[in-house]
Amino acid sequence: MTVPAASAPFTALAPPEAAPVLRVAGVSKVFGHGTAAVSALDGLELEVSRGQFVCLVGASGCGKSTLLHLLAGLDTPTSGTLRVEGRTALMFQEAALFPWLTVAGNVALALRLRGVPRRERPGLVHSLLEMVHLQGFATRRPHELSGGMRQRVALARALAQDADVLLMDEPFGSLDAMTRDLLHAELERLWSDRRFTVLFVTHNVREAVRLADRVLVLTSRPGRVAACIDVEIPRPRRIETPAVSALAGEITEQLAREVQRHGHA
Amino acid sequence: MATRETLARQVAGLDALDIPATPVVGRRLRLWRAAWPKLAALTIVLGLWQAVVWSGWKPDYLLPGPAAVFSELWERLADGTMVTAVGVTLRRAALGFSLAFLVGAAVGSLVSRVAVLRTAVGSLITGLQTMPSIAWFPLAIMLFKPTEAAILFVMVLGAAPAIANGLIAGTDHIPPLLLRAGKVLGARPVALYRHVILPASLPSFVAGVKQGWAFSWRSLMAGELLVIIAHRHSIGEQLENARTLAAAEWIMATMIVILVIGILVDALVFGTIDRVIRRRWGLLDTAG
Repeated sequence: MTVPAASAPFTALAPPEAAPVLRVAGVSKVFGHGTAAVSALDGLELEVSRGQFVCLVGASGCGKSTLLHLLAGLDTPTSGTLRVEGRTALMFQEAALFPWLTVAGNVALALRLRGVPRRERPGLVHSLLEMVHLQGFATRRPHELSGGMRQRVALARALAQDADVLLMDEPFGSLDAMTRDLLHAELERLWSDRRFTVLFVTHNVREAVRLADRVLVLTSRPGRVAACIDVEIPRPRRIETPAVSALAGEITEQLAREVQRHGHA
Repeated sequence: MATRETLARQVAGLDALDIPATPVVGRRLRLWRAAWPKLAALTIVLGLWQAVVWSGWKPDYLLPGPAAVFSELWERLADGTMVTAVGVTLRRAALGFSLAFLVGAAVGSLVSRVAVLRTAVGSLITGLQTMPSIAWFPLAIMLFKPTEAAILFVMVLGAAPAIANGLIAGTDHIPPLLLRAGKVLGARPVALYRHVILPASLPSFVAGVKQGWAFSWRSLMAGELLVIIAHRHSIGEQLENARTLAAAEWIMATMIVILVIGILVDALVFGTIDRVIRRRWGLLDTAG
């Protein structure tokens, strides 16, 4: 477990034996121009190896969402390079389902846009919905579902993209604790079955420790990696166990020190 | 740690608790709930009309009561003149509205996609909507002579801006999150337009089309009053003839026909489409 001082910019490199599936090199992102310019990311260095579950934690304004948008190709960096081996899928904080389509239709559209032939789609839709335990809700509309169910449809839709890297932007942030715990278990199960790579952004440190192989702490304004913690608690984990709490406590202290720095500026 | 089966059961249980319960209301009860306020309002209006007639404010030959007007309407329906007139007018309505729809949809989709066009003619389209359609008729009659073409010309000018505006407003107000979701799924511009932008702007487009119908119906009535084509019965022509003969029952019977057609098309055609879309999107409670 490495917990270096927050002041030194830290480079999170993947273990040498595994080739990185995702590499961020010297990436900066500045919004606006001149005096109004805000630097969201500044020379970010980051590597994630294949099949790893990495959580990014940081206070607000550390450019977590910006990084995911850059990786998903929704935006371009001001400088630096991003490289992803294979395809990415992005899940938002809100489910962002299309209200004019049914649950099955939403998942099927992802398949269609990926180029899956028409006759193969219904079977795939069914098995994807089965994965998130929603096979009985295929003909419902998004507005007829609860928040947790919608987020599971969004997960099925992201899985439908058959991406190598699943980017998740605080996907469970707006759910109640019980639903969230269940979704953690679901996500962990799917991840261990299918072995995709996950980059999961959250401001909830316990959630990060519960899920991740590796937690990266980002500094705020501009965002850099301040610390990198390998979580060695055996899986399956539960969010309320002492081991998870203890490590989460340590990381939270780091974050607190990181946030305090801004008070003196 | 929960096993897979217990996890699945927990998820199913939570889902069952989470799903919003919708009260089940019978079809007949729902129809009655929708119908009775309308019936009550109609009765009150007819009652007030009759009360004004009985008050003796105007003599009967200028302001006839409901009974006289409805018997006049019945006669005109029975002898076929009103039926022919309604047929001609509805044909014009369908033709003019379809043209307006095509023009409006084409202009709207172009303007909403092309930024330069947008700045150039965006406000012009809104401006056109404020122009009373009757003001176009002198020009239309000069250009097309007093023919059906003149009427159709004004109908298109009256209705197309509303339809175009509906489409433009619809594409303007798509939640950015849905556009992002579409891009993340790998939709290139054409696919994004077809699978996200077009369906997302549908509710606003339907509202624009509904407004377009109201405008084209008004333009049509104004046109039929002004542009009388010889030996051609139409609703507007009936109204104009009734006015020349100072036949109050005939005037009011024709007005009722105009009102009823306008309401029926609005409620049955566009109201239904609008309701279906809103229900699918979850923008509407099942009651109502």
